[in-house]
Amino acid sequence: MPFIAAGDPDLETTVEVIRELAEAGVDLIEVGFPYSDPIADGPVIQASYTRALGKGLKVEQIFDTVKTLTSTHENLPPLVGMVAFAIIFRIGPEAFIKKAEEAGFSGLIVPDLPGDEADEFAELIKQSSLDLVQLIAPTTPEKRVEKILNTASGFLYCISVAGITGARDELPAELNDQLRDLRSKTDLPLAVGFGISKPEQVDILRDVADGVIVGSAIVRHLEDVSDDASKASAIEAIRELADGMVAATHRS
Amino acid sequence: MSSPFLSSPHTVATSQVPDERGRFGEFGRRFVPETLMHALEDLTEHYAKAKADAEFQMQLEELLREYVGRPNPLYFAERLTEHAGGAKIYLKREDLNHTGAHKINNALGQALLTIRMGKKRVIAETGAGQHGVATATACARFGLPCVVYMGEEDIRRQKLNVFNMKLMGAEVRPVTSGSRTLRDAINEAMRDWMSSVNDTHYIIGSVVGPHPFPMMVRDFQSIIGREARLQVLEHTGSLPNEVIACVGGGSNSAGMFYPFVDDQDVALTGVEPGGKGSGPGEHASTLVHGEKGVLHGSYSYVLQDQSGQTSDVHSISAGLDYPGVGPEHSYWKETGRVNYVNCSDDDALEAFQLLARTEGILPALESSHAIAHGVKAAGKRSKDEVVIVCLSGRGDKDVYELARILGKDI
Repeated sequence: MPFIAAGDPDLETTVEVIRELAEAGVDLIEVGFPYSDPIADGPVIQASYTRALGKGLKVEQIFDTVKTLTSTHENLPPLVGMVAFAIIFRIGPEAFIKKAEEAGFSGLIVPDLPGDEADEFAELIKQSSLDLVQLIAPTTPEKRVEKILNTASGFLYCISVAGITGARDELPAELNDQLRDLRSKTDLPLAVGFGISKPEQVDILRDVADGVIVGSAIVRHLEDVSDDASKASAIEAIRELADGMVAATHRS
Repeated sequence: MSSPFLSSPHTVATSQVPDERGRFGEFGRRFVPETLMHALEDLTEHYAKAKADAEFQMQLEELLREYVGRPNPLYFAERLTEHAGGAKIYLKREDLNHTGAHKINNALGQALLTIRMGKKRVIAETGAGQHGVATATACARFGLPCVVYMGEEDIRRQKLNVFNMKLMGAEVRPVTSGSRTLRDAINEAMRDWMSSVNDTHYIIGSVVGPHPFPMMVRDFQSIIGREARLQVLEHTGSLPNEVIACVGGGSNSAGMFYPFVDDQDVALTGVEPGGKGSGPGEHASTLVHGEKGVLHGSYSYVLQDQSGQTSDVHSISAGLDYPGVGPEHSYWKETGRVNYVNCSDDDALEAFQLLARTEGILPALESSHAIAHGVKAAGKRSKDEVVIVCLSGRGDKDVYELARILGKDI
């Protein structure tokens, strides 16, 4: 499950990358809505957001682009929007959900809307066709897990490490225990994100998770896109990574 | 834009806020990544216990008395009063605290709490550097390792405080993202906390951020208003007509106003940085010009565009250069309990020099905003009335910047 930031370096490239990822056979694509103050994100995704916003990207343009894409492309995997609550609140939660539905999104991840604060928003989402994907962190204690599962749908986003997004060499040993525990509590698919960048990490998680999310490792390829040639090689590198991850995920 | 989404009816402001979910009326709450939620719950619990613990309170009181030098005076500014030509102006002298500003009240409280929670490391953000210095000071006093995040632009503006922090053993990490000011320093401190939350406490410097920070910082800063209230009764035999303080994130003003909130006859006025004008990016007047939104973990007034992206802001004063404000201020604005106005860069600069000439006191550029409005407000009142202005910090740190702006060599 790859993540890309919408509009970096431009929406046209975003569309091309999504098409390429769809062809690679990924299970789901997360589309990040660039935000000025992303406190859960490491330097790679921050920089990507800054580049996109620097070109004056507006939320409406993301919806328009995704709408065109979902209405013209047949074999797209589900698209899930990763959006700061600041943006949703400003647009208006009801309006935002409606626009996301119309654009063809399947769900939303709102990284700064923890289970405790999600009730009102989850209620609105329930009346739509969208899923509200909730996050569980390594620091989440048992009693919070219950609360979070109450409003979660789609899949469960399991954060691998206490920290921000960005590739890491190793995953903490406690992760497997937490995933096993979650497995016993919910039927939702478990997807692991933060720090995942290599097919070998998929092997380690094979028995305990249903999917992995790769963000920074993909986004960093777009850092130096400046012309058609660099864009082509960035997309090629992303495709190669996606192929490797898809092969590792679907290997049994 | 007023959204019905999170709103709740506002009645008369009360001091009985926030509720257990951290709500000041509709404002506040916790909009942070799940990774931080447990730490915030834990902190809320520890703080509640500490607040009710007589020994913790005694420790803090002793530190404030013996180390900070509290109570500081409520000083009758005779010549400034004469200049204003109206109500008597009293200055609450937070500038006389150890480290030269009100920030130490909160830093010591939270440092004590850090030790109580068994956490081994402290991080902080700073704008003007006053909170960074206060936190570095508290950490030196208790032997805690300390990292302070500070925007590159603020490091340039506040060299003296950067040097002071380093002298006290703190590591100052320059923040180069975004506008390279206070807002970005908070982002970086939050990111550090995401990775270090198990052994690190984040001593946030203002009444902003997710619950319980706005409540806790207000409580620690309320010593300002509690002392001022007693002192003004001693000096004049009655409560003041108006209390004035500057508002960036809003910690000195929250501490000053809170003990007066239930005194309905006392007018409360918060002064925001008006910068160079009312256009986007020219000021940091969040309550005067902003709208309701979410920033840095809480729901409050913010300066942002129609897409929810935080706006760039400007103030001559690094400590007020912030696009958000504490949720309790939003509550006070919404209930009408506090009146929020703003003061331009130029008026603040003039007030800085005016206080120097009339009283022999160099105020911080932040506090100069409150002084400027205080002179105006006093001028409109009669001579038997009383106005208190919070002099939240001293201006030594600002003289280089002042000289640069005035085109003078030091």
